[in-house]
Amino acid sequence: MLFILASLAAGLVFGLGLIVSGMSDPAKVLGFLDLAGAWDPSLALVMGGAIAVGLPAFAWAARRKTSLLGAPMQLPAARQVDRRLLGGSLLFGIGWGVAGFCPGPALVAMGMGEAGAVVFVLAMLAGMALFEGLERRRSAA
Amino acid sequence: MQPFHIDWPAFTPISALLGGLLIGLAAASFVLLNGRIAGISGVLGGLLRPRAGDIGWRAAFVAGLLLAPLLYWLLLGPLPVPHIEAGTGTLVAAGLLVGVGTRYGSGCTSGHGVCGLSRLSPRSLAATLAFMSAGFATVFVLRHLLG
Repeated sequence: MLFILASLAAGLVFGLGLIVSGMSDPAKVLGFLDLAGAWDPSLALVMGGAIAVGLPAFAWAARRKTSLLGAPMQLPAARQVDRRLLGGSLLFGIGWGVAGFCPGPALVAMGMGEAGAVVFVLAMLAGMALFEGLERRRSAA
Repeated sequence: MQPFHIDWPAFTPISALLGGLLIGLAAASFVLLNGRIAGISGVLGGLLRPRAGDIGWRAAFVAGLLLAPLLYWLLLGPLPVPHIEAGTGTLVAAGLLVGVGTRYGSGCTSGHGVCGLSRLSPRSLAATLAFMSAGFATVFVLRHLLG
């Protein structure tokens, strides 16, 4: 139960941060991605602020075997930079640039009742399901 | 096309920094309490291949994101209105690309960008550089070459 509550709280604070920072607005995100237009550097400060808090927290987490609530510390172990990582990230970046939505802000905008965000999230879930299907076929082959 | 210039009226350094600190606080508390990476595409992806005991925390995190506007409204007042310029077809195409891409690339702006860079992960740095570059290039093509 505590894990569920901690998860809910993290989602709430994360979402609050996305709204306060302006990142739940695709136009704001596209303003950052548009280097050749009038450039809005705000997103760089969002990342900077988040990483400033994240650095000490993850350094501490990396030295622990269990979380403060006693769950196993599950930090990714993969280290290789491969074609899947880069290819997938490039596809994601293209989609991000097309509409100005990445997964978190899209969910938050959906919570605001934005019809466009609902369309985006449904398509995103379909894309994720497509990936799952392709992976399952790959591992079965 | 104009030479590189900053859109000063649109630049919101204080709210960007404050929002970023909140996002960092969420990711930090999540890893310290639950031992998990607050990567939103990863959390969502796990809901699509549900395993026993692995659903509740994921659903709760997503519920938190969906309810965040309500919390904002209760604490701070009227919500900022998002400006979604893309039409339905464009949103569908973008959503599909983001869905497939984030799963193949094992993360998005939160998992690789915020958590991965905070862990000083070379893999996440490579992913972040890749999706940032692709985002810059895509907006350049759509707005300045085709637009």
